Amino acid sequence: MASVLSSLCMYSLTLSPPSATTQAIVGDFAGLGRQQILSANGSLLTIFEVSRLQNGFIIHHTHDIFGIIRGIASYRPHSAKKDFIIVSSDSGRVVVLEYVHEKKQFEQIHLETFGKSGVRRVIPGQYLVADPKGRACMLASVEKNKLVWILNRHPTQGFTISSPLEAHKPQTFVYALLGLDVGYENPIFAALEVDYSEIEQDATGVAYEEYEKQLVYYQLDLGLNHVVRLWADTVDRTSHILFRVPGGTNGPSGALVCGVDNITYRHMNQEAFRVVIPRRSGATENPNRRRQIVAGTMYSIKGGGFFYLLQTEDGDLFKVALELEETKANPNGAVKRLKIKYFDTVPVASSLCLLRSGFLFVACESGSRILYELEALGDADDDPWFHSDNYPADPAVDAKPAFFQPRPLRNLNPVETMQDLNPVMAAKVVNLSNEDAPQIYTLCGTGARSSLKTVRNSLAVLDLVESQLPQPASAVWTTKMTVDDVHDSYIVLSLVSMTLVLSIGEDVEEVTDSGFMKETTTLAVQQWGPDNLLQIHPRGIRHINADKVASDWHAPQHRTIVTCATNNRQVAIALSSGEIYYFECDSDGALAKSTDESKMDGTILCLGLGQIPEGRVRSDLLAVGTDDQAIQILSLVPDARTGHRLKQQSIQLTSSPPSSLAIMSMKDRSSQGSTLYLHVGLISGIYIRTALDEHDGTMSEIRKKFLGHKPVKIVPCVVKKENAILILTSRPWLGYSDPKNNSLALTPISYLPLESAWTFSSSQFEGMIGIHEDELRIFAIDEIRSNITQDSIPLTYTPHRFVSHNSLFYVIERENHTLAPKMRQQLIEDAKHKAIESGKKNGVTKEEDDETELLPENFGYPYSEFHWSSCIEIVDPVEGKAVVKSFELDNNEAAVSIVMVPFDSRESETFLAVGTGKNIGWPATQHENFIRIYRILENGRSLELVHKTKLPKLPLALLAFKGMLAVGLGPDLALYDIGMKQLLRKSLLEKATPSCIMQLHTQGSRIVCADQRESLTYVVHKGQGNRLIAFVDDSIARYTTCSGMTDYETTVGGDKFGNIWMLRCPPDVSTNADEEGEGIHLLQKGYLGGTPNRFELMMHYFTQDIPMAVQKTPLTPGGEDVIFWAGLQGTLGVFVPFGRRKDLTMFQELELAMRKEDKPLAGRDHLAYRGYYAPVKGVVDGDLCERFLLLSRDQKQAIAVAIEGNWPVEKIEASIWTMRGLLAF
Amino acid sequence: MADKLRAQQQLEALQARYVGTGHADTTKFEWTSNIARDTYSSYIGHPPMLEYISLGMGQPREKVRAQMIDKMIQPVGKPPAVQD
Repeated sequence: MASVLSSLCMYSLTLSPPSATTQAIVGDFAGLGRQQILSANGSLLTIFEVSRLQNGFIIHHTHDIFGIIRGIASYRPHSAKKDFIIVSSDSGRVVVLEYVHEKKQFEQIHLETFGKSGVRRVIPGQYLVADPKGRACMLASVEKNKLVWILNRHPTQGFTISSPLEAHKPQTFVYALLGLDVGYENPIFAALEVDYSEIEQDATGVAYEEYEKQLVYYQLDLGLNHVVRLWADTVDRTSHILFRVPGGTNGPSGALVCGVDNITYRHMNQEAFRVVIPRRSGATENPNRRRQIVAGTMYSIKGGGFFYLLQTEDGDLFKVALELEETKANPNGAVKRLKIKYFDTVPVASSLCLLRSGFLFVACESGSRILYELEALGDADDDPWFHSDNYPADPAVDAKPAFFQPRPLRNLNPVETMQDLNPVMAAKVVNLSNEDAPQIYTLCGTGARSSLKTVRNSLAVLDLVESQLPQPASAVWTTKMTVDDVHDSYIVLSLVSMTLVLSIGEDVEEVTDSGFMKETTTLAVQQWGPDNLLQIHPRGIRHINADKVASDWHAPQHRTIVTCATNNRQVAIALSSGEIYYFECDSDGALAKSTDESKMDGTILCLGLGQIPEGRVRSDLLAVGTDDQAIQILSLVPDARTGHRLKQQSIQLTSSPPSSLAIMSMKDRSSQGSTLYLHVGLISGIYIRTALDEHDGTMSEIRKKFLGHKPVKIVPCVVKKENAILILTSRPWLGYSDPKNNSLALTPISYLPLESAWTFSSSQFEGMIGIHEDELRIFAIDEIRSNITQDSIPLTYTPHRFVSHNSLFYVIERENHTLAPKMRQQLIEDAKHKAIESGKKNGVTKEEDDETELLPENFGYPYSEFHWSSCIEIVDPVEGKAVVKSFELDNNEAAVSIVMVPFDSRESETFLAVGTGKNIGWPATQHENFIRIYRILENGRSLELVHKTKLPKLPLALLAFKGMLAVGLGPDLALYDIGMKQLLRKSLLEKATPSCIMQLHTQGSRIVCADQRESLTYVVHKGQGNRLIAFVDDSIARYTTCSGMTDYETTVGGDKFGNIWMLRCPPDVSTNADEEGEGIHLLQKGYLGGTPNRFELMMHYFTQDIPMAVQKTPLTPGGEDVIFWAGLQGTLGVFVPFGRRKDLTMFQELELAMRKEDKPLAGRDHLAYRGYYAPVKGVVDGDLCERFLLLSRDQKQAIAVAIEGNWPVEKIEASIWTMRGLLAF
Repeated sequence: MADKLRAQQQLEALQARYVGTGHADTTKFEWTSNIARDTYSSYIGHPPMLEYISLGMGQPREKVRAQMIDKMIQPVGKPPAVQD
């Protein structure tokens, strides 16, 4: 029993990395003379470039640092040719990185420990800024601590950093930090600070009322090597963000200090200049609402001068500029005025990157990241400037508000979006569209930019041409005319009993004089020798020379050709009698039959022949698949001793008869860069790839995967200039080498099932040609970096939860601070009436219609405090791919929970129950809570409100349970049955959980209650006496965000700190709870204020992202169950259970070795990172183990030797591949 | 006695270095203030947490971040009056 696992252990893998941007900065990190964007997402650092040619993003490199990235900064040391990167993380260390473009990796230049690890109040790391001239950097914490490092270039030691200099100030909070541009004078760092020491002492509260916020300059004296507090001045109390003003020879230096309704220019010895932030005008806008700046960027124009793009919380971008006293003679002159004007509106960003190539990259807070092209700098239009002359510099003095009219984009043009999931509000894995593998449905985004996304593991396809065929075809080929042709000339189709030849050109037409035999089916078409063609058909081989003169070789009598394999100079055919004949191309391009023949015992099903390696005359190996489930490798080189060809070299048995064979080299991690592989397709739908030794034909390194339920056909092809294979079974797949780690990747293509396919190349497009039923289709695959495709259906408001029923989704959506549509309409109409009336008075009639054309997707919904907008939407994700119907809730009612419930008392008729609350979250207002019951009409496509039941507390969790409705009412759990006018309470368990139930699950009589703050509680329902009894709960307070039952005893869940854990009810407690009767024996005294029993912890793991959905489900066709989870920031991940003890021990040792050999880049200890809140338990980090593939051969060897048991490198690599390849993607 | 003094000095050094380190006379106000401040700084320090809260509040992250620091100034109300 040594192979049985004593306790559960899982292998954690990331399917899709987080897409929420913590920070994005611009710099030339690769040293290419062009700008790149460095983006921090979760624990990942990504460098990508925006290309005008390809109109999109080119991702250079992605690295998981296994730590929480808090900030990034770039600096360019004196006389360096590229920008270096400083990363602030939770490691308590400052790390300086260099991106080495040639090797595609980050290299640690410096790693300096300065404090405790973790994200703490007084450990620097929250703020990270660098001096613009690259001489120093400062790390600061929210409170008290600031550290400054001097960055140097040492003649012998390269780039160095000094030991840290302290600039601490106790009892002070920092709101923002900035590296001031002072040219080459001593570096200055500016901080926005509040000193709370007085407030802490003053019991009267006067100090709190009057506290001041200060802009403080810290100067680093490079000569004396210390930091001084140079200058401090009071600024507006609401200020919270700073922007750099160019200094030295480029500008006046200083900072823009932004707060509520206020942008002020501040600098030592300079006057303050202030502008207000213009407000939107319009009928639905509150003219008194003050905006604040949430993001922005500064841009220096090449010829001198600079401007800012600053964004408000509505998403409006403003162009802000400084006017200087004497611009030409003295660019460093005093500031004359500050001015601001409306620029355009884009989604609210966490970072804005303005590139020199004229692009604006908007890393949106929610929704896909967008790339805009700058079409104008906002100089030409008629939007008015607002000048600081009109506003007092003192923020305490009230200023007249400025207004602008928002309008569609004028200066920016969206060119590209990244397909991002961030933020994921909920997710479900179900197979609604009856495909081989289930789909992942996610609720994404916020506000009007929210959507329901269908995520599939597949490659996106560009559909180019489709045309109808006269009759269904069985196979298709394309061929060139001569060996030197770049493009294909013919398309050859094998129909039911004939062959059709089409020419490729301006039009695709049938060719009659091609020389091909028409009245037969075809087995293969091959461009032969320099300029000949071959057609292999069941009765023989037709050889067509350059003058289209055909000559035939006939198969022996009473025998037909069953299968064949060809390349430019070699042909192998298999006869129905089991013989293999071999031909080569002779010097004048004719077919020369070899005298050697080989006879197989079984029926030959398929043959495989590789392409001729460069500089050789033939490919040496022939693969033969026979129906006795064997693949033999024959040599095509005359044997040294006997002179015979077709000698058997090696044999491989398979689990079912092979249906297709191919020999092709593929890019991999070997020292040559690529290896020859034998690709095998089996009748059972399994694909196998084995490495083939070029000389002796031995097979090794087996990878196999079940791909579909039809016999597999293999078609070699080229994707992105690399060899790949198209695998046809019940759906098409692509086998290629993963661009990230060069291991084999198998991904389905999001395309129709194909009968047959071949490569296609013409002057217009390159791609693949295939047959689907009686259609000829040409398509191309041009992106293999992401193996995930998304379909998006836009929704109205921020979606929160959904249920599926009859392959439809019912989504509840709600939006805080948003006017309901009715109210909006009312306001707009009122304004119109007013305008018309005032127009009448003045004798002018003017139509005000510009309000309606602003799409909420771009401009958001009108903000209004103390208003809820909410709706229930029916979405058809399969057929219509759209919202079917939408039901708005009115009166500030917002939907919080949803479930489909069949009521026993209504003959199991299914109703939709929606929990709602009125005025949620507003203090000092009347709160009301309801459950709305809807009848389902029109096969689920419409709803009718049956009744509304008032409840004492907010029903955050609903569950269909034993033909009734279980409701979580705060901490209480209640059972309701349907009545005529309202729901009727049947049972109630008060204080089922300590604080608030937010999710319910059930199996049998057991209900799992997930509490918002206090982990899980299991409750059993006793039919006799209709009693609910809580019998087991947890010993740790987990702030549950999501949960899902994995079996009757076990529940997996996630909490809002980013942990995933699994809890199991002890078996004796579980059986005890299910004993028959009223459950009196369960009503024992509680233990330590909870239930009498406690869970056992099975697994605990820190994921960094907040899990929003977790579910036990298979993900691949025919795959076993895994635990799938989706994180708020867009992470999709799985936990794959280990099956064998041997594998587990290997992976545990590998993980241990990887922690030492491949230390996390930012200096975080990997074990501490994964055990951030509680020690990691029962999980091996697969993402770390997969980095093994990226190590050098020597490092791999060293690790492999140290692992106990017989684990050569190849076997470890195979295990790593299997863990991801079989059950995940 | 020397030991006691040294322990005292060490404690004071610790308290100066790591804000929030308690001592025998820590008041409820100090203690709760520290917890609240630690909590808020943790909320803004963990990017997913800040996003989670900002989504719940329906406000941009930067705005929520500034609000959290504002709350850190006096997280648990006025300090108690000093008793002589």
